[in-house]
Amino acid sequence: MKKMICALLIAALMLPVCALADEVVNVFNWEDYIDEAVLEQFEQETGIKVNYMRFTENEDMIISVESNPGAFDVVFPSEYMVERLFNRGELAEINFDNIPNFANIREDLKNPSYDPGNAHSVPYMWGTLGILYNTKLVDEADVQSWSVLWNPKYAGQVLMMDSLRDTMGIALIMADPENSMNCTDFTQLSAAKDLLIQQKQAGMVKAYGVDEFKDKMVAGEGALAVVYSGDAEYAIELNEDLAYAVPQEGSNIWVDSAVIPISAKNKENAEKFIDFLCRPDIAAANVQEIGYCSPNAAAIDLLGDEYQSNPVMNPSDEVIARCEYYHDLDETWLNIYTTLYSEVLSAKVN
Amino acid sequence: MTDLQLPAWAPWAMGIGLAAFIGMVALSVRRNHGVKRSLFAAPYTLWMFIFTLLPCILIAYYAFTDANGHFTFNNFSSFWDSNYIMRENLRTVAGDEMAATVARGSVNVDTLVYSLWMAFLCTAVSLVLGYPAALFMADRKMRLGPTLVVLFIIPMWMNFLLRTIAWMSLLEDNGLINAFLQWIGIGKMQLMYNQQAVLLGMVYNFLPFMVFPIYTSLSKLDPKLAEAAQDLGCNEFRTLYKVTVPLSLPGVISGITMVFMPSVTTFFIPRVLGGGNTRMFGDLIESTFKTAGNWNLGSALSLIMMVLILISLSILRKADPNGEGGGIV
Amino acid sequence: MKQFLKKCYLAIILIFLYVPIIVLIVQSFNAGKSRAKWEGLSLHWYQELFTNASIMNALWVTLSVAVVATIVATVLGTLAAIGIYSMKKRPQAFMMTVTNLPNTMPDIVSGVSLMLLYIFAKVERGYFTMVLAHITFDVPYVVLSVLPKLKQMNKHTYEAALDLGATPAYALTHVIIPECKQGIVTGALLAFTLSLDDFTISYFTTSPLVQNLSTLIYSATKLGISPVYYALSSLMFVVLLVLLLIVNHRTADNK
Repeated sequence: MKKMICALLIAALMLPVCALADEVVNVFNWEDYIDEAVLEQFEQETGIKVNYMRFTENEDMIISVESNPGAFDVVFPSEYMVERLFNRGELAEINFDNIPNFANIREDLKNPSYDPGNAHSVPYMWGTLGILYNTKLVDEADVQSWSVLWNPKYAGQVLMMDSLRDTMGIALIMADPENSMNCTDFTQLSAAKDLLIQQKQAGMVKAYGVDEFKDKMVAGEGALAVVYSGDAEYAIELNEDLAYAVPQEGSNIWVDSAVIPISAKNKENAEKFIDFLCRPDIAAANVQEIGYCSPNAAAIDLLGDEYQSNPVMNPSDEVIARCEYYHDLDETWLNIYTTLYSEVLSAKVN
Repeated sequence: MTDLQLPAWAPWAMGIGLAAFIGMVALSVRRNHGVKRSLFAAPYTLWMFIFTLLPCILIAYYAFTDANGHFTFNNFSSFWDSNYIMRENLRTVAGDEMAATVARGSVNVDTLVYSLWMAFLCTAVSLVLGYPAALFMADRKMRLGPTLVVLFIIPMWMNFLLRTIAWMSLLEDNGLINAFLQWIGIGKMQLMYNQQAVLLGMVYNFLPFMVFPIYTSLSKLDPKLAEAAQDLGCNEFRTLYKVTVPLSLPGVISGITMVFMPSVTTFFIPRVLGGGNTRMFGDLIESTFKTAGNWNLGSALSLIMMVLILISLSILRKADPNGEGGGIV
Repeated sequence: MKQFLKKCYLAIILIFLYVPIIVLIVQSFNAGKSRAKWEGLSLHWYQELFTNASIMNALWVTLSVAVVATIVATVLGTLAAIGIYSMKKRPQAFMMTVTNLPNTMPDIVSGVSLMLLYIFAKVERGYFTMVLAHITFDVPYVVLSVLPKLKQMNKHTYEAALDLGATPAYALTHVIIPECKQGIVTGALLAFTLSLDDFTISYFTTSPLVQNLSTLIYSATKLGISPVYYALSSLMFVVLLVLLLIVNHRTADNK
């Protein structure tokens, strides 16, 4: 018995040591956002061990990155978070000599407004924010506007996204279609908050959540859900009654990019990993697994017509034209957004 | 926010504290010509100092400072008026007039009151369900006690998160209960994503903590007392009400404490079973730290929570001065 | 009749406690992914469980943290209990207050305060910090289970041993520790169980790099949870149940 305990103790103490021994890359990506076979392939080809970690919201991710310096080598923030990390001086400059496959990225996504000069980020996936709906329960005409989320016809059937920028952004557009989703006008923001509280108290919302809703929609537990385009594609493949729409008033177009934190311990491995993800066959495998749009032009060629004609995975130029990027808010406005959103979450349902 | 500012004297204070501690130990060893047995507690004392007392002091420290380490009451103002910082911010970006339109925000206080109310309900329901259960378990004629204790403990081995998630498959629109309701012809009901579902989840998780202490104090009771009461003409109900219940009060109080405390600060159940429609104080603390990244406000909220619990505990202790209730141990 | 009603009541309460667990176990054998539909019996999720690297890793973290924390906490706590027992009244009362303090703090506050400590000390959070946190919440329980046994012990046994020529160390290992063995075992078991089931404190004291089962399940719930976790949980449940039966059987034999 004593010997066994000793052995267990030694083994347990060895664990963290083992983790340090080999060449590693610590990757921090969104939940369900990669073909896991790709990670194994990377390990086999390069001999670098991938420690793969997951997050569900940009806001949680940045706190993890900042409060665990050195823990991550590659992180995948959305466009406005790239901006915030950069503004706070937390991004390392990427050595693009190590990323020859960057050439495969679509030209219109290079040198974006959130990373001028394109020195710190490599686009990984992109897409839109929209409404996933059940065609048996919802009129197609209704989902052409965000107002469907306030339509009493669907009371108690709406699954809202628990995400600060997305939810506030939608409400801002509802308050006034002229509003930007990056609005910094307190009167409009306040109106947006009131709309969300009204929506909640009128019993429109079934629940607030993030990724779990795609499975709920597949199972028929709700008529409408605010989702990202890739989650919509995933759900539509599993349940043919579902469809996806980007309302006419406009929406968010987002780009999740690979970045390297300044505190990264394995920068070169991180660059190898990013380059690997930009390889056409790898990017194509990821797209097929998770259903998001790839910014990788070579991968899209590989995927062929089926992909290019799919409006969910590959939004038309007309859709792109009515969407906008989120931009980072300064501390002051961020606090105002957070405070208003917190009031929505805490509002009582009668 | 990225780097927590502490005064320059903080490491010194810690060093001096540690040196004083080691000095005291050394002095005590000398005075007793050898290792005194009470010194066996020294490593433990040191451990508790570093990992329990120091963190508490840190919470208090962060609660009374701002992100730059300056002394402030703003975190408590923010607790009372959740719009406090927003108003200050608006003054700088939109002018005094706009700032004046912002009324007091009651998000934090309301959430706290709501959590206390939910915890109260959960405790009350657990007591009503748990007391008879404990009473029947302690019934000597049935000789079920020890077996039932084990049966009550076993469910707690299933991971707490998964046990809560399991309720989802029962309560969902297409879940088992609704399938049953439809089958008997009542039709589907919305069972999840409301306050009742959260309450159910809480009672489910905390009920054993109510049953154990009551059972312990009931099974310690001398059965002759009840017999004597009956000999003196009390009927069974009166015996229960006049003799058994008052004597099991320490157990009841201990049970109330053990259910009330975790209920106030629960933060997973409301999200899974309440679908984010109801937010409790635990969720608020968690999101202040993990999503908003505001260590200072989060510390203030934790401190308020701690003080509230200490106050309610000391009130309960008054009712049970000898601490006879005891826990599961 | 009355007895029957009482038994019925207890049965209802037990059904309430066990239904979700039975549902979970049944669903772990469901061939499909959906919670709502039964798609046939299968061991698919059990197979997937053993090939899922992140779950296996988390299982290892959970078990090893629990083992290490239990051993350290038991040693530290037993020594502390002996120390506190032989203290004078005042320091003893103080130590008891300190010991009871973590019990009166809600989990979330303990977790948050430890997180602040690590950030303050600039310690990178991960496996090691999680072990420290687990030891911290385990120790008081060990102290509280050993102390009553010490109080039950005859005070003069230890002195008698010394009078008969035992060194204090010998008296400690051969007199005091055997006397409170039962309390030590209870404390260790309690510490192990608490450590195995802990979520809140682990959640605040580790980084996303080192996940134990609870934190892994927590992040999986945001995603819509896979039946692999049901399989895992059912398996652990059965293993613990068997262990308990074996332990019970052995103690029964000894008697």
